[in-house]
Amino acid sequence: MAKKDAVIETRDLTKVYNGLVAVDRLNLRVYEGEVYGLLGPNGSGKTTTILMLLGLTEPTAGSVQVVGWDPRRYPLRVKAQVGYIPDRVGFYDDLTAWENLMYTAKLNGIPRREAYRRVDEALAWVGLSEVAHRPVRTFSRGMRQRLGVADVLIKRPRVIIMDEPTQGLDPESAREFLDLIRTLKKEGKTILLASHLLHQVQAVCDRVGLFHKGKKALEGTVEELGREVLGTSHYVIVEVEPDARHLVEPLRGLKYVQDVEVLDDRTLWVKSLRDVRPEVATAVVQHGSRLLRLDVELPSLDDIYTHYFQTAAEGVS
Amino acid sequence: MTVARATRVQREGSPWTGLWAVVAKEMADHLSSTRMHILEALIALTAIGTVYSAASAIRSVASLEPKFLFLKLFTVAQEPFPSFVDFLGFLVPLIAIALAFDAVNSEFNQHTLARVLSQPIYRDALLMGKFLAGLFTQFVIYAAIWLLIFGLGVIQLGVPPTGEEVGRALWLLVATVFYGGVWMAVALLFSVRFRQPATAALASIALWLFFTVFWGMIATSMASLIAPIRVGLPEELLAQARWQLALRRVAPGQLYAEILVALLRPEVRSLSIVLPFQLEGAILGQPLPLSQSVLLIWPHLTGLIAATLVLFALAYILFQRQEVRA
Repeated sequence: MAKKDAVIETRDLTKVYNGLVAVDRLNLRVYEGEVYGLLGPNGSGKTTTILMLLGLTEPTAGSVQVVGWDPRRYPLRVKAQVGYIPDRVGFYDDLTAWENLMYTAKLNGIPRREAYRRVDEALAWVGLSEVAHRPVRTFSRGMRQRLGVADVLIKRPRVIIMDEPTQGLDPESAREFLDLIRTLKKEGKTILLASHLLHQVQAVCDRVGLFHKGKKALEGTVEELGREVLGTSHYVIVEVEPDARHLVEPLRGLKYVQDVEVLDDRTLWVKSLRDVRPEVATAVVQHGSRLLRLDVELPSLDDIYTHYFQTAAEGVS
Repeated sequence: MTVARATRVQREGSPWTGLWAVVAKEMADHLSSTRMHILEALIALTAIGTVYSAASAIRSVASLEPKFLFLKLFTVAQEPFPSFVDFLGFLVPLIAIALAFDAVNSEFNQHTLARVLSQPIYRDALLMGKFLAGLFTQFVIYAAIWLLIFGLGVIQLGVPPTGEEVGRALWLLVATVFYGGVWMAVALLFSVRFRQPATAALASIALWLFFTVFWGMIATSMASLIAPIRVGLPEELLAQARWQLALRRVAPGQLYAEILVALLRPEVRSLSIVLPFQLEGAILGQPLPLSQSVLLIWPHLTGLIAATLVLFALAYILFQRQEVRA
């Protein structure tokens, strides 16, 4: 992949709160147009990092550049181009959705007529036009979250930062929300996503960074992380007739295959570094079995995450 | 691990970006909120009731003292009603506290603070905007009440106000807004300090009660400690009285009460202790011109404005240092 320009870049970014290191010499690069996931348990420094990117908290040390500006010195320029949806985004309950967004437009210095247009557009985009003139008090959690997206769209940002965007949403709303993120990506927005809900992050992120105690422990695509942490990047599932056991040894001998596990009489689980379905299919047929099912799965971020933190914990003790 | 201290950086861009957007939004909130509607109704009813009863009292004596009838509308009390200014002394702090006690903490509690501060504005604009909106709202409320009183006065008394009376009423309006400003700044400070709006409201009201109820007693006893009367010399009596007055004036309510007296009763020549020899040659009962009365309240007015600014500055510093995340 040709490296594009970094829209977010931090160098040795550090934040110390009352002697406690919240973010420890963080080096982060997020490129134009990608969806980057900041992963980590609560208290691993994700929100602090975000606040430093926006100039809302002073870094203790290190440097930051967001859309080409240092948020410490030019916070207004940064905030004019970066939309932020905080954890549990809040609105003025007594005002309507429309009024809330108009306030945002005014704070951004958008002229009145243009503001009307943008607010209507943004509300339509997230599918809230129907309830535009209802007080936000009556909105569900999912609607508020979508209003949060409409809110950042008002300023037509280059970068959108979301903190725990799907937390507390029911599965249906969460799925809808992830669709919104995908659409935003298609429109060329750069998105930084902080979350601890892994399967959701996995579904939308191009790259993820794993945070652990204020440090970026790992970074890469989910596939790369799988290889690094689990030593495996693909799981191939094979179902054959009549019996699968005799295939274990031949499959182990294939290139890139690391291990083969027997799930039951007819099903095998092949761990490999590549997608080896064609080779597995050939081998099955060569050994006189009938192939019933062949599937590939990527290791879930959950596996990687759990494995990583277990190892990290064992390393400490 | 060694962490190099980040050098302080000069921030670029005006701290007032977005200020008027905040002011407009907050004023709209104030003017449409139920809380303010209740207080506005309360003060309007008070004004109508007291002015109506004052007008009927004035009419019966108007032929004897035809001067400054409109100012008397504010000050004359007829049983069972106290005068309007008696009410102002506690309605103004109440309105001021109601305007600001949840200014900042409600933004935290509604989770709107981080979202608003991530817009291209500085924190300065948010706090300043809230404060200015409060002052403007007070100005609007009191100006409306003043006009109501003058209107009622014209109907009840049948004469138009003189320029002098209008001038005095305008100065009173300014003083009232800043008397409110002091209490609003107190409430704003507590709204930054305390996360619960109820705590901030109670703390503000407690402070106000302290100054209205207890401060007078404390000032008296402190004055007798600082300048005790040992043998009863006139110098000793005078020194104690001066101390007492000076201490009492720490309370904003005292300053405001003195302003009311000087502005609404033009014949008042001094707000301090006057000795008999100082009155030699004075024609008692003659009213002072407006400019002289203003000179009289000038220290009081600057005192109120200064207190407002100092308290606001404290709130400001506290707010700047606060972390955005709850």
